[in-house]
Amino acid sequence: MDRRLIIEHIPRLRRYARALVGDRYVADDLVQDTLERAWNKFYLWRPGSDLRAWLFTIMHNVFVNQARRRRYEIEQAMDEIPAIAVRATQGEQLELQDVERVLRSLSAEQREVVLLVAVEQLTYEQVSHALDIPIGTVMSRLSRARERMRQLLGGQTVMPLKVVK
Amino acid sequence: MKPIAEAELHTYIDGGLSENARADIEAWLRSHPEDAERLRAYAEQNALLRSLYNPVLDEPVPAALLAVHPGAWRRYAAVAVIFALGIGLGWMVRGMFITTQIVPVSFARLAATAHAVYAPEVRHPVEVPANEEDHLVRWLSRRLGTNLKAPKLAPLGYDLVGGRLLSGPQGPVAHFMYQDGRGQRLTLYVSRQRGEPRDTAFRFSQEDRVSVFYWVDGNFGYALSGEVRREQLLQVAEVVYKQLNP
Repeated sequence: MDRRLIIEHIPRLRRYARALVGDRYVADDLVQDTLERAWNKFYLWRPGSDLRAWLFTIMHNVFVNQARRRRYEIEQAMDEIPAIAVRATQGEQLELQDVERVLRSLSAEQREVVLLVAVEQLTYEQVSHALDIPIGTVMSRLSRARERMRQLLGGQTVMPLKVVK
Repeated sequence: MKPIAEAELHTYIDGGLSENARADIEAWLRSHPEDAERLRAYAEQNALLRSLYNPVLDEPVPAALLAVHPGAWRRYAAVAVIFALGIGLGWMVRGMFITTQIVPVSFARLAATAHAVYAPEVRHPVEVPANEEDHLVRWLSRRLGTNLKAPKLAPLGYDLVGGRLLSGPQGPVAHFMYQDGRGQRLTLYVSRQRGEPRDTAFRFSQEDRVSVFYWVDGNFGYALSGEVRREQLLQVAEVVYKQLNP
C-alpha cells in the first residue's frame, strides 16, 4: 500500500524534475535519488499529511545537495548574465522554446518557486513548506521570477546587474 | 480604492482568492492597465509552462524508477538482481504500469475531452434530458450492464441536465451532465474498467482548463470533470462517491 502511494506520484515528480533541470536523463536520476531517499525515510512521513509536498521537499534537498556536490553554484543567479531579448517581434505567438530558455535563465531558487506554483500548482504555503523558506521569501522570489520572465519574453532588455567578463 | 498588495495580485493569478477578493482586484485592474497587462503576462507564463511540461505526465514511467525499492536496490547492483528475478519482477513492473500509469492518465484525459466537447454545447448538451431521468438511467444501466445512479447534486447547487451514451476504449460510457445557477457545468464519466475489480483513492488531474477527479470502484471507473477549482470539485466528487457507495 505504501509502495503504491509513492508510485502514484512518480509522473508528477518526473514532470517537476524535468522542468527543474531540463535534461531528461539528469531529471530521471534526480527522481530516482529522490525515490530512494523517500523509501529510506518513509517512516518519517506522517500518514494523512500531504505526501506530494513531502516528496517535493525531499527532491528539493536532493537537488540542492547534488548541486553542491558538483560545485555547481545554485546561489549564483543568472542575473549576472546580460539578458538577451529572445523575442524577435512583439505580438508574435510566444514560442515554447523561448519560454524554456527564459526559465533556464532564472536562478535555481526562482525556478523552483515558479515551477511549484505554476506547473505543480502548489499553494504558496505548500511551497514554503517544501522549500523550507518563509512565505514572504516565496512571494518575493515568485514576483521577481515572473517579472524577469515577462521582461525577457516581452523583448525588453533587462539591465544586467554585473557584466560577465 | 485602496492599493492592492503585490502578493494579492499573484494570488489572483494562482487561483487562491475568495470571490469578493477577486472582484476587488478586478476593479483595481480596470483602472490600472499596467498591472492588468502584467498579470495577463504572468497568467500566460503559467499556461505556457504547463503546456511545456504536462506532456511528461503522459510518458510511460521508466522501469528503473518503478523498481526503486525500500533498501535501495541500486547499491546491490540492481541490474544483476533484476535479471535474477526475471519474470517475477517483470510481471510486477508490468502490473504497476497498468494499474498506476497508463489507465488512470488516459482515463482522466478521455473524461476531460468528453467534458470539453459537450459542456459548451448550447442546444444539444445531452441526448436525454433530465425530465426523462428514469429512462436515461435505465437506458445507460442496460448499456453498461450495471445498476447506475445519477447522483443528486442539488444540495450543492448542481441540477441534472441529462446524459448521453459515449463510446470509450472499454466500450460504452455513461455521461451525466450537471449545471449550477450560473451555467457552470460538471460532467460525470462512468466506464467499465478492464482487469480485476479494484478500488483506488481519488486522484486529481488538470487537463488544460478542465479539472478532473477520478477513481476506480470495483469494475467501474468514475471521473468528475469541470472548469472549476480543485477544492470545489473535490467537494462534489466526495458527495458523488458517497451517494454511489451508501
